[in-house]
Amino acid sequence: MLREIRPAIVLLLVLTAITGLAYPLAMTAIAGALFPAQAQGSLIEKDGKVIGSALIGQEFRDDKYFHGRPSATVAPDPNDSTKTVPAPYNAANSGGANLGPTSKALADRLREDVDKLKAENPSATVPVDLVTTSASGLDPDISPEAAQFQVPRVAKARNMPEDQVKQIVTANTEGRLLGLIGEPRVNVLALNLSLDRAAAK
Amino acid sequence: MTVIGWLQIILFCAIIVALTKPLGWYMTRVFNGERTFLSPVLRPIEAGVYWISGVDEKREQHWLTYTVSMLLFHVGGFLVIYCVMRLQAVLPFNPAGQGAVAEDLSFNTAVSFITNTNWQNYGGESTLSYLVQMLGLTHQNFLSAATGIVLAMALIRGFSRASMRTVGNFWVDVTRCTLYVLLPICVVYTLFLVWQGIPQTLGPYIEATTLEGAKQTIALGPVASQVAIKMLGTNGGGFFNANAAHPFENPTALSNFVQMLSIFALGAAMTNVFGRTVGNQRQGWAILSVMGVLFVAGVAITYWAEANGTSMLHALGLTGGNMEGKEVRFGIVASSLFAVVTTAASCGAVNAMHDSFTALGGMIPLINIELGEIIVGGVGAGMYGMLLFVILAIFVAGLMVGRTPEYVGKKIEAREVKMAMLAILVLPLMILGWTAVGVVYPAAVASMANAGPHGFTEVLYAFTSAAGNNGSAFAGLTGNTFFYNLTLASAMFVGRFFMIVPAMAIAGSLAEKKSIPPSTGTFPTTGGLFVGLVAGVILIMGGLTFFPALALGPIVEHLAMNAGNLF
Repeated sequence: MLREIRPAIVLLLVLTAITGLAYPLAMTAIAGALFPAQAQGSLIEKDGKVIGSALIGQEFRDDKYFHGRPSATVAPDPNDSTKTVPAPYNAANSGGANLGPTSKALADRLREDVDKLKAENPSATVPVDLVTTSASGLDPDISPEAAQFQVPRVAKARNMPEDQVKQIVTANTEGRLLGLIGEPRVNVLALNLSLDRAAAK
Repeated sequence: MTVIGWLQIILFCAIIVALTKPLGWYMTRVFNGERTFLSPVLRPIEAGVYWISGVDEKREQHWLTYTVSMLLFHVGGFLVIYCVMRLQAVLPFNPAGQGAVAEDLSFNTAVSFITNTNWQNYGGESTLSYLVQMLGLTHQNFLSAATGIVLAMALIRGFSRASMRTVGNFWVDVTRCTLYVLLPICVVYTLFLVWQGIPQTLGPYIEATTLEGAKQTIALGPVASQVAIKMLGTNGGGFFNANAAHPFENPTALSNFVQMLSIFALGAAMTNVFGRTVGNQRQGWAILSVMGVLFVAGVAITYWAEANGTSMLHALGLTGGNMEGKEVRFGIVASSLFAVVTTAASCGAVNAMHDSFTALGGMIPLINIELGEIIVGGVGAGMYGMLLFVILAIFVAGLMVGRTPEYVGKKIEAREVKMAMLAILVLPLMILGWTAVGVVYPAAVASMANAGPHGFTEVLYAFTSAAGNNGSAFAGLTGNTFFYNLTLASAMFVGRFFMIVPAMAIAGSLAEKKSIPPSTGTFPTTGGLFVGLVAGVILIMGGLTFFPALALGPIVEHLAMNAGNLF
């Protein structure tokens, strides 16, 4: 058995160097050369400043923007580091609400959000993804129904015709891959950027 | 449930079946030490590795030496992770300036990664430096996966060899598995993932100013290279806290689909490796069929439950299924399928929060792990786990006809059955034992995020996931406490190694036996009867052991939900 000690140490170190250093560092170099934009986090710049990532959701509260899904991410409480405070779309601390199907807290939150949305657009049914928190808290997408639901509010806030806003939503709607894999969705940040561009014209 | 949803599930199953044979063929060649198309590049590296580490590749090991080598290798792996985590503040590749990780969390994480569990008490982007992610976690993702595969290989050799005292050489098997199987796939896979949008950079976190003018810190890192092996090696430990639900770990529907395939690919291929090695591929297909039957049943239930939604959503007029804790790009079907895949295999990556699943939808992942993760299972671990149940099923069949049972030419006798039972009993001991402590010990009770039966399920799920080396979680439970860091680590350790040692003892004892040709009295192990018998034994064992616990958790919660009770 004693002769197994040397490989236990040396082989471990060699394989650690290969898989723990050589592999990730080589992949960083190759990926950076082949797909520089994605490797850096698919960042979006506006006027030379980074405004976010195409893949990471951000918080929108203004009526003139489409809103994303509720986010349950938190940040450390600045007054007491053992506690946390809500910090929606905190891209440095992803996570979900983790409330279960019989949670009173979840029921209360849902009722409140549904009532708010019903007041905003009484004629349409509330889309489920607009009141449920995402798993990561950083979901960049909403369903096409959730986007359509917000069209009247956005159009009114921007003084744009609803049809024009609807067209922008449709142009930003992505379908399933090969018509089969995944779900139809609208990237909220991309949609809002197109809106801003359309308004600037 | 929709037609498109089911078509996605069928496509997934079809691709897995199609991959099983070619991958099984390739892996069999690798473990037999034969030449492969990668040999011209990799053989010199392989020979160099043996030379510096003093490994004689011709020398084979007794099962006990093989097991001890594996254990020594893990002691070293544990020390590497533990030290890198404790020292990360003074080591390079730490642009976010993360401080040293606490002792109990470092201990838990080190055990978690050497046991292929990858339970996340750590927060990823908020706790670990890039160096820990690479040197601590990525490397152990490779090695714990390779270990699982080679242990299964040793057990398979036990079945295929006759009158031999050795089961292979651990060092050679681990090296070949890492160099010829895991690394080449990961290199290609990483590039695919980056193309899909996963970052791969050593640069610092990005400070963005959002469209509305708020500040957003965006965590980055060498993510893709870790995600590739985390899926392929069924490790499941996330680079980020939200794991595969994070858009940077799983940006598109396609990346999600391929990630699910990669969780199952090697585990399914192991059944073909088994068939080829014992000289009849139909033996492998029979085992894959057992897995397939249990898998499809699980997917159907979870998909149905999640698409149905909860009474809370119905009461508010919300349709479209239970989207709480799910991402829009995956939706109901890909989230349900992922949850079943990741728990059938011992992966534990999640693309939706299991804690927010419906009671029954969340029960299936729990059951998958409690059955022993033999539905494809962890790479290698699923195969040896399944073979333990096969031994048990064959024994039961033998009892029925009063004949010494045999399987692929080996007599299954008292020693094998005893060892198989010993290995199988480890899981309930750890899961039920620790859950019982967790629901009465005050410091542990305080960790529950949900009240009522759901809180109980959170604790049950935590110990199930740890003992089963899965690593997924009902993540509401606050696991990063002294109590959970230590108890979960013990569940992970015992759940892994106390199962491996009896399995290896079986490998050794089988290898020494003579091989007997099948006779008219031999129970055929390639047909539907065998498939049904094994699936039945698995369900009866799991049901008898865990039904009471499930009744207190998800089942009573389902009834409470329908009655409109909230907690």
